[in-house]
Amino acid sequence: MSIKSEPITINLGPQHPSTHGVFRMRVTFDGETIIDVEPIFGYLHRGSEKLAEERTYTQVVTLTDRMDYVSSMLNNQGYILAVEKLTNIQPEPRGVWLRMIASELQRIASHLVAIGFLIQDLGAWGTPLTYSMREREKILQMFEMLCGARITNSYMRPGGVFMDAPQQFWDSLSSFIDEFPAAVDELERLLTSNEIIFSRTKGVAILTPEQAINASITGPILRSTGVPWDLRKNDPYDYYEKVDFDIPVHDAGDNYSRYLLRVQEMRESLKIVKQCVDFIEPGPVRPHHDQVPFLIRPPKGDCYVAIEGSKGELGFYLVSDGSISPYRWHVRSSSLINLTLLREMLVGTLFGDLFVTFGGIDINMGEVDR
Amino acid sequence: MFEFIYNILDFLFDLVIKDIKFESYILTGLTGIIIAFAVINGVLGGVLALIWGERRLLGRFQQRTGPNRWGPQGILTSTADAVKVMFKEDIVPEEADRYIFNVAPLLLVIPVFIIFSVIPFGISLYAVDINVSALFILAITSISGLSIICAAWASANRIAIFSALRSVAMLISYEIPVGLSLVGILLICESMSVMDIVIYQKIPFILIQPVAAIVFFLGSLAEINRTPFDLTEAESELAAGYQNDYSGMKWGLFYLGEFAAAIAAATVFSTLFLGGPNGPVLPGIFWLTIKVVGVLFFIIWIRASWPRFRIDQVLNLAWKGLFELTLVNIIVTSISVIIWTDADSNRLIFIGLANWIFAFPFVLLIFKMLKTSNYKNENKKSISYPIGSDNPKFIKEKI
Repeated sequence: MSIKSEPITINLGPQHPSTHGVFRMRVTFDGETIIDVEPIFGYLHRGSEKLAEERTYTQVVTLTDRMDYVSSMLNNQGYILAVEKLTNIQPEPRGVWLRMIASELQRIASHLVAIGFLIQDLGAWGTPLTYSMREREKILQMFEMLCGARITNSYMRPGGVFMDAPQQFWDSLSSFIDEFPAAVDELERLLTSNEIIFSRTKGVAILTPEQAINASITGPILRSTGVPWDLRKNDPYDYYEKVDFDIPVHDAGDNYSRYLLRVQEMRESLKIVKQCVDFIEPGPVRPHHDQVPFLIRPPKGDCYVAIEGSKGELGFYLVSDGSISPYRWHVRSSSLINLTLLREMLVGTLFGDLFVTFGGIDINMGEVDR
Repeated sequence: MFEFIYNILDFLFDLVIKDIKFESYILTGLTGIIIAFAVINGVLGGVLALIWGERRLLGRFQQRTGPNRWGPQGILTSTADAVKVMFKEDIVPEEADRYIFNVAPLLLVIPVFIIFSVIPFGISLYAVDINVSALFILAITSISGLSIICAAWASANRIAIFSALRSVAMLISYEIPVGLSLVGILLICESMSVMDIVIYQKIPFILIQPVAAIVFFLGSLAEINRTPFDLTEAESELAAGYQNDYSGMKWGLFYLGEFAAAIAAATVFSTLFLGGPNGPVLPGIFWLTIKVVGVLFFIIWIRASWPRFRIDQVLNLAWKGLFELTLVNIIVTSISVIIWTDADSNRLIFIGLANWIFAFPFVLLIFKMLKTSNYKNENKKSISYPIGSDNPKFIKEKI
């Protein structure tokens, strides 16, 4: 007797609870094994790049917040660096240090979200997520002190930041620096050597360095395959040359190394924040209006600036026609490009690995669709 | 219990009218209805309390408050939820097989309540005492798989079918170790009646049959679809699994059935391994309640801490781990039962010692064998190093 069997195609998303936003996958299964994945995106497209053409250079900062809404500070930083390069603005040192503090704190917050939701996708009922959200909350409160906003910060301006940090920010930052290593230890005690997490993520969705480089994948996923590539070291911007930190690199290229790498990167980011606090000196946080006016008119030309975002290389390409708003603005969003290898990672794995891999890539739909 | 209520009713009947036809039949029926009413409502109240307790406890575990609005400490929250569920719109998908779609929730709920009929709530407080009640419990719990596959098939939803196939695979795999884990107890007690097992437990069987207790606990977690075996309704993968297309009170019945199954599993575990109603000073029903609450707390604790396994790992655990452990347990227990045949009080202690010495090490051994690999060695390989230092493996060979 022969049993007729055929592949089954399931549409996952865009309303699925764990697609991290409105993402849709058409997945074909043979039993529990995935034999094909077709990612479909565009459900959150808001036309940010087009909108920027109608706004002044300073107003575009608010659009960058809404791209990757769990790492707004990093988006601000990348965009501001592009504007500064296009206009030849010399930033004020205190502004740059504050920028670095804010963006490294944002990197920690973003990695906390990534780890929390990775474990949530693994099926833990919220406990690791609430642990990491508790720490993220402290960072968001510090952002509120800095600029009055928690998520959509719009903190940075060409030449520095929007305003100086109040005293209470420094107080809570120093207590955060003291407490955070213990909090990461607590998270790691719960997760890192947990047998279930280990068996679920180890050896799943393996990428080779060749595959990752050919698909121009960046960020923690690239570093988890063994390629030591971090723009903060390879193409330093701001004052990253002056601070001392390590780039954690793993060579397994699986979900577990992605998780562990993020945990280690959080510790390194904290190291950077600590040094920034030591280096920072009193002074203006941005150039006076005489030097950098509110309505910036960059000379004709274009520029591309990339920073190491929390999810990979975050590039901003700006074309100026000499007017007050950009002629063209293009974003190289790391989330979108990191998704391109989803099929290669997933084919051959089981249904249970699907969303774990998805959480391991750590995408943000706001950035994928822009 | 039955005779007690029967006699009271008989006495009351005699006060009103004497010599009616079929008096014994009427009395039996009434007694049955009273007992069923008490047990079902007790379990329903327990379900409401469990839902509230689970949400409060999970809140505690996750450093948040949990429900605290309705009633003191939010104790009326689940009651409000139950009322809300009853008034929800009941949607049946167009392609659904309506008859099976409607019957499936009942198929899940009814067997769970039937389990409680053979549970002794006190030394003489039980509904029925069947001489094969241990086997009866095992048989009845298997019906839940039928309900899940009916629900999934009838709702014509592919995700639901995934969930149902997982459920059936797990049920088939875990029935065997769960059933075999009870063999040790049955050998010691030489009876299949839960009542006899309870009376025999001067020492709780978890101390005498540690391997069986571990296997039975893990197996019942898998059968009631609890973390880390909650693959059937893995919300991050299958949304709600087989209940995807259910709404209103039908969904509420599934919810009720699951929580009642959790209570049933905890009750059966307490009865078979923790001594059931045995205990000093307090009446038996209090001891049973304390033990059930303890087991449920443990189940919720596990849910708050651990992620879930993948389907192949779950089946591996059943076939490569628990199945072997039950065989070891049966061998050790049957040899020790043959050696110590005298029915004195030391017999249990000797059998227990034999189990701890010869069977329990296999638990550690098999769990160590099943472990993916040791994390500490892994961490040494992936050291972090500053950029710019040579990574010869990558730079020279691969680019």
